[in-house]
Amino acid sequence: MDLFWEGIAKAVALLAALDREVLAITWLSLKVSGIATLISLVIGISSGTLLALSDFPGKRLVISIVNTGMGLPPVVVGLFVTIFLWRNGPFGFLEILYTPTAMIIAQSIIATPIVTGITVASIHNLPPNLKLQILALGATRWQMVLILIREARLPLLAGVMAGFGGVISEVGASIMVGGNIKGYSRVLTTATVMETSRGNFDVAIALSLILLLLCFAVNYVLTRIQHRKRPR
Amino acid sequence: MTGLKKFLFPLIVLTAVVLTGVTTQARAASKAIILATTTSTQDSGLLDVLIPAFEKESGYAVKTIAVGSGQAMAMGKKGEADVLLVHSPDAEKKFIEEGAGINRRLVMHNDFVIVGHPGDPAKIRGSKTSAEAIRKIAQANALFLSRGDNSGTHAKEKGLWKAAGIIPEGQKWYQQTGLGMGQTLNVAAEKKGYTLADRGTYLSLKKTLGLGILVEGDPLLLNIYHVIEVNPAKWPKVNAAGAKAFADFMVSKKVQEIIGKFGVDKFGAPLFFPDAGKKVESLGL
Repeated sequence: MDLFWEGIAKAVALLAALDREVLAITWLSLKVSGIATLISLVIGISSGTLLALSDFPGKRLVISIVNTGMGLPPVVVGLFVTIFLWRNGPFGFLEILYTPTAMIIAQSIIATPIVTGITVASIHNLPPNLKLQILALGATRWQMVLILIREARLPLLAGVMAGFGGVISEVGASIMVGGNIKGYSRVLTTATVMETSRGNFDVAIALSLILLLLCFAVNYVLTRIQHRKRPR
Repeated sequence: MTGLKKFLFPLIVLTAVVLTGVTTQARAASKAIILATTTSTQDSGLLDVLIPAFEKESGYAVKTIAVGSGQAMAMGKKGEADVLLVHSPDAEKKFIEEGAGINRRLVMHNDFVIVGHPGDPAKIRGSKTSAEAIRKIAQANALFLSRGDNSGTHAKEKGLWKAAGIIPEGQKWYQQTGLGMGQTLNVAAEKKGYTLADRGTYLSLKKTLGLGILVEGDPLLLNIYHVIEVNPAKWPKVNAAGAKAFADFMVSKKVQEIIGKFGVDKFGAPLFFPDAGKKVESLGL
């Protein structure tokens, strides 16, 4: 247990000293996972809404596939993204393997099914007649969709949190496609793995605590937004 | 819609700002080289000293991918790395023979040590050779942790078993972690088992481990690092100039001096011994 307290002391010391490397790592984690979450929101909310509102044969199958994708293992995503981005692979000309960009791509792939799945569920959970009511009041189809998304925004924010939580905490894909390169693609999770294998448990604990704090801060802000009084 | 807009607008601005930053980073990629190396060079902290010096001097950005020597060479064989710093001599020779790499040069050495719980249940302390030590471990059915990841250390360990005429795979006392050196040492410490470790990683983790060196000094336990440039004739996308610059840097007189001094302040003894320009045979193999 001494180690644990030492780790906490170290975390406080690193934060208090505004250790440049730790700050950079924290900022990169936030940046990579934040952008990946945004990308997954754009793709996930639009495709999720489309999926929820349309009717076609095999819809249940597609939704099942999306729901399976919500549990997509990061290492699997990491492996496939690596193979595609290899220099001599199909997208090798982009030269983005072992860059933060590759990490954003992998994390977007991880988060998109989560956001899509939650979007489908939240739109489905709206009162079934709402759609008809909105249309009956003379809204265009496009306005109807926007109103539905707005009505479903509370569960959708849960989707944002789940997506962000999923990618900021994953390590498998980030270490494979990012390479854990010092000062370039090292994020909180990959740095924690490395410091643990170096036996620097105090630093590893410190990084973990920073990661937890970061997750808490982001979720706190999102929860505040979620629980704000509904505008009339 | 105002609520949603209020939320979205700053997000879009933030995305735009951040994406610009990311793309400018990506553009610098052609001046980058990929160094595939072993976990021991990273876990010991040596690369944290050498890489920034090289980047400053040459202008190249180095992407260090720390994996086992086996995986590093697999990356080289596919042209997915530019230069390798590895310690698995037999596999390296094969790598060169296959035409995957060129210009293999000796950089440094240290040695492997057999470490274990000071209680030493198999009584291997004082064994004259590494073969004798691991034979005792096998006879006592004492837990041995293997890297099991095709790394240079794993290759060395397999060589030791072979030399002792023992097939450990499948035995109950023989467990493969599949992890890097640092983590395997942690597992060995936790389970009070024996393992083979390079001295550099062992020394840098010693303070938290509670494992002692039980056998050392056998010429079979030498741990030799070479730098290899991936063959640009085979893989045109390889950054040959960058790879050569890094390899030259590693064997330069200045860097060899840094290597020889690395770790002295922290551990009282160097973690690596510089060998550039020497013949492997002169190391006492």
